[in-house]
Amino acid sequence: MLTQSSNRLNNLLVPILSIILGFIFGALLMLVFGYNPILAYQAMLTGVFTSPYFFGEALRQATVLTFTGLGFAIAFKAGFFNIGIAGQVLVGWVSAIWVALAFPDLPRIVLVSLSLLAGVVAGSIWAGIAGALRAYFGTNEVIVTIMLNYTALHVTNYLIRNVLGTGNTTERVGENASLRLDWLTSLTAGSRLNLGFFIAIIVVVLYWIFMTQTTAGFEVRAVGLNPYASSYAGMSAAKNIILSMVISGALAGLGGAIHGLGTFGNIFTQSGLPHVGFNGIAVALLGLGNPIGIFFSSILFGVLDVGAGFLPNRAGVPDEMASIVIAAIIFFVGANYLIRFFLDKVQTNKQATEGGE
Amino acid sequence: MTMIKLRSLLALGTSAFVLAACQGQDAGDTTDTIEDDTEDTATDNGEDTAADNGEDNGDETEEIDFRIAMITDEGGVDDRSFNQSAWEGMNEWADNIGASEDNYAYYQSNDSADFIPNLNQANAEGYDIIYGIGFMLLDAVNDVAEQNPEQNFGIVDAISENDNVVSLTFRDHEAAFLAGVAAAETTETGRVGFIGGIAGEVIDRFQTGFEAGVAHVDESIEVDVQYAESFSDAGIGQQIAAGMFANGADVVYHAAGAVGNGVFTEARNRLESDSDTQIWVIGVDRDQEEEGNWDGGNFTLTSTLKGVGSSIEASANQTIEEGFPGGETIAYGLEEEGVDVTRGNMSDEAWDAVEEARQLILDGDLEVPEFTYSQE
Repeated sequence: MLTQSSNRLNNLLVPILSIILGFIFGALLMLVFGYNPILAYQAMLTGVFTSPYFFGEALRQATVLTFTGLGFAIAFKAGFFNIGIAGQVLVGWVSAIWVALAFPDLPRIVLVSLSLLAGVVAGSIWAGIAGALRAYFGTNEVIVTIMLNYTALHVTNYLIRNVLGTGNTTERVGENASLRLDWLTSLTAGSRLNLGFFIAIIVVVLYWIFMTQTTAGFEVRAVGLNPYASSYAGMSAAKNIILSMVISGALAGLGGAIHGLGTFGNIFTQSGLPHVGFNGIAVALLGLGNPIGIFFSSILFGVLDVGAGFLPNRAGVPDEMASIVIAAIIFFVGANYLIRFFLDKVQTNKQATEGGE
Repeated sequence: MTMIKLRSLLALGTSAFVLAACQGQDAGDTTDTIEDDTEDTATDNGEDTAADNGEDNGDETEEIDFRIAMITDEGGVDDRSFNQSAWEGMNEWADNIGASEDNYAYYQSNDSADFIPNLNQANAEGYDIIYGIGFMLLDAVNDVAEQNPEQNFGIVDAISENDNVVSLTFRDHEAAFLAGVAAAETTETGRVGFIGGIAGEVIDRFQTGFEAGVAHVDESIEVDVQYAESFSDAGIGQQIAAGMFANGADVVYHAAGAVGNGVFTEARNRLESDSDTQIWVIGVDRDQEEEGNWDGGNFTLTSTLKGVGSSIEASANQTIEEGFPGGETIAYGLEEEGVDVTRGNMSDEAWDAVEEARQLILDGDLEVPEFTYSQE
């Protein structure tokens, strides 16, 4: 019990300390290079928080990151490193746009649901491939998902060029597939914040319920903690591996669909994998796999992302500094794993020697 | 438990690699629609005329009251290629007319989702012209231009229909044609290579021009064409180049931005391991002679040049002097000195042939085909 409460404290402390250390590290680096860190952070924060437009954009960015973060987190809980989030985002994005373009005349509620569903299905199939290979053949999911990322990239580009559109972009989807909420758009002075934000909040709650209140969620966690003990306890490892990967891909695919319909309204040939996929991994690590934590880390990342744009022109600081701060935060989260690893080890050693007396 | 944590650490490291590998550099570049009835109104204003647009603020009469901004595509402003040339052009513009640092700025897009916020941010700062660098920004520029009809915009490598947008396009096929002539005059194996970035209209122009240039000299020379489907992955560039050189090609032209770095690496490796073979690389967008330095000399045959920077400079000056050419498409070709090739390390014979072909194009005696696959 005692260790649990100290764990809980650690769980809150680790990300908060990492964020603070990340910002301090960024400030030191700016000082070294002769920039003014106070001015930089001020430009960033006032830029985002004093303008409804840019705050809306930050939340829009946070929306997608919430999905990719949750997607990564669930596979991670089950003990898998789904680095294929970016590819699953992409297949979700292209499928949602495809459906939206194919049935432009359906009523809005039907078309939006159908398009989002298409994204969910595509994403879950894409991740399910890696899950099934892992479950039945023991294939390393990191390698499979990395390869599937590139497959997704090139398949998507092929579809855009040859099936969905001509050249490097598709048509915009019609009004009926739009996630735009007029009151939200006018509230945020024309930003692209959309319905997806509320879907994200609902999904955060559902994720929490699934993981903590259902048997399936318990099994996923149990497999993650100890696959051998779980199968000894009668849980099917294969089923849980596939299930966690499928949900992971579904969340990423939904994120991609919302990114596509909400942010862009179309899809264009990609020169690389979407950054939201990889940033989702960072978000999940910072949120330590907790859905509420992930939600708030996404908002932090959204603010940093959008605020970065203000650095060069308002503070004379290169906007790469924001990426460095993000990287530093992730580094400190990662370093904390290391610190905790040693702490754990010391503790268990102590316990072991005490127990041996 | 600890096993999983170890694994997650390991995976964190892996992800860092992947993250690093995924930082897209979008050089070279591609476009969308292009029309042939473009108005060739390119003016090359070399004169150092200051702004006299009447809006001088009282305090400092000499102050130039004209400000421009650019929004990069996914490659950064320091991508050594496309975006960088635009930014260098803006710096030059400011130097030439004596503008201060406050008169020009760039907004970096790290992701395509950043285009619209960046445009809006620049719009809020009240620049006279905001340039979108690269066809990828076409949709975003159109959206923001429609919402802000009073603001002037520019788009490079694509054509916008909006009245408050000036479109700056390039006849890259003309420069690529000359590169093709140079390659055909230089090859000894009768086989040359072309490496494209992402297939699309702009790179189609490069490919078509290059192939036509080679055929112009000698129809029997074979051209290997391959696309990297990237503008950033040097590894793929090296792989493709290795295949081409192994297949007997001795001149490779790349129109693929940072992918080309791999082409240069492969050529250097081959020359350093066997200095008797003679192979050449042709650079793109800016003079890439530096990239071709090796112990035994330089293997950059020539580079095709694309004057993104000077097109921005020219359109800004035109706006100051005559007003904003909104809704117009300004196409830059050999004639307007918007595209060209460098002398590089061409033999006299090859250079003569290039000069001759250039003259034919300039005189209108030779029409360089523009598209192979993208205009069906």
